[in-house]
Amino acid sequence: MKKYAYFPGCSLEKMANSYHVSALETSKILGVELKELDDWNCCGATAYFHVDELLAHTLCARNLAIAEKEKLDLVAPCSGCYKNMYFASDHLKKDPDLAEHINNALQEDNLHFTGNIKVQHLIDVFVNDVGLNEIKSKVTQPLQNLRIAPYYGCQILRPKKDSEDVEQPRFFEDLIASIGATPVDFPLKLRCCGGALIITSRTTALSMVRNLLQNAINSGADVIATACPLCQVNLECYQKQVNQEFGTNLSIPIMYFTQLIGLAFGIPAKKLGVGTELVSAQPVLTYAEK
Amino acid sequence: MPLRPSFSEEIAGLLHATHANPIKTCIQCGTCSGSCPVAKFMDYSPRKIIAMINADLKDRILNCNTYWYCASCYYCTVRCPRGIDIAELMYALKRYSIWKNQYKEGLVGPVFSETFVKTIIKSGRSYEPVLATSYLFTFGLQEMLMEAQTATNLMLKGRIPVLPPRIKRLENFKKVIQKIIPLGKPE
Ligand code: SF4
Ligand code: SF4
Repeated sequence: MKKYAYFPGCSLEKMANSYHVSALETSKILGVELKELDDWNCCGATAYFHVDELLAHTLCARNLAIAEKEKLDLVAPCSGCYKNMYFASDHLKKDPDLAEHINNALQEDNLHFTGNIKVQHLIDVFVNDVGLNEIKSKVTQPLQNLRIAPYYGCQILRPKKDSEDVEQPRFFEDLIASIGATPVDFPLKLRCCGGALIITSRTTALSMVRNLLQNAINSGADVIATACPLCQVNLECYQKQVNQEFGTNLSIPIMYFTQLIGLAFGIPAKKLGVGTELVSAQPVLTYAEK
Repeated sequence: MPLRPSFSEEIAGLLHATHANPIKTCIQCGTCSGSCPVAKFMDYSPRKIIAMINADLKDRILNCNTYWYCASCYYCTVRCPRGIDIAELMYALKRYSIWKNQYKEGLVGPVFSETFVKTIIKSGRSYEPVLATSYLFTFGLQEMLMEAQTATNLMLKGRIPVLPPRIKRLENFKKVIQKIIPLGKPE
């Protein structure tokens, strides 16, 4: 059983609790232990980097150093947290002076950053560490005929890290296929959901959400799968506002990939946090009840 | 007398803690603007803002919405043929504008970012209702009602916490921050 330091992040504490519980339920079946990072702090989201870069890196470094202490790779289910901590680690490794400055501060909490652990997104752990064959082997209720739009969003892939394909990725489609469902061709799968603009530039973000919803519906999707709490909240919780703003009548459930995998594993919907959504996921459940 | 760096040099140097941004090499191809999902809402597109920085049009830049409308999606960054990290450049402009305390009137971004930072320094974690409050004060009535509606619905589904979360070693956490930025004694 591979063990990771699991960094839930602020949204998973409540707003995205269904992602949290479904991540834990499905990893249990896959033999992955997600041990919550002890006393983690906020990764800084985007806002922190607007104000002070040094402090933003310090926040991330504290989390990285806690994981190092436990000798575990760090896994984040939120794309924003993942990106922040991945690049903080990267910058600190490349800049020993910066690392020293920050380490000097981390001493106050008896911590030290050396950069000897990996930072991964949860979907990367599922797809690459666990593997699609393993996932497939645990499926008891294949979600046959369920048409899923794979929504990658931004920060799982961008900025580019190594050699990964940032223009035409396929791993989300492959993951969907591994649980027996049909990945639809979703042209805007890499387009941004608006992120924090939903708070700071409302109309702009609503128009971005609208484009995504419309595009997924036009692609024939029954549900959009996400791997980020911010994407999920923007796409789901603002559907009503989008319809009010643009006079549209869009409606489509938005679920975490872990919830969909969980259904295919035969885990009861309630244990996957289904029922806390604002756009009902009921239509999706019928595919798992055959 | 030592030469003062120009505005464009300042901005280029603000990027990343590790290295500066090669903005002078921009060939104005427009790939960034073409990839940007927000470009049509910005006062000046990403391509244009780079040209303006290189022309040292500081005042106009400090008074536009462009970087506050950037969603940090990094599409521009992964596609720029000259390796310019445009998304990080937008961050640098935000920091520059907060630092100079100068931004276009009516923007919510700066207030939101500052409130967010204060919340984290106090508790170590972010807390949606505090953020929502800062939001409510800054927005108009219609947005306020819309936000309240969403917030109420989420509350009913148990998706908004009642008590603000706090980290355990908060005192240490504050001391760490103090070493980075001397803020006076922790409260
Ligand atoms: S993509 Fe790069 S080179 Fe082209 S206009 Fe934008 S910043 Fe300049
Ligand atoms: S990172 Fe900002 S400027 Fe670049 S494409 Fe995305 S929204 Fe536009």
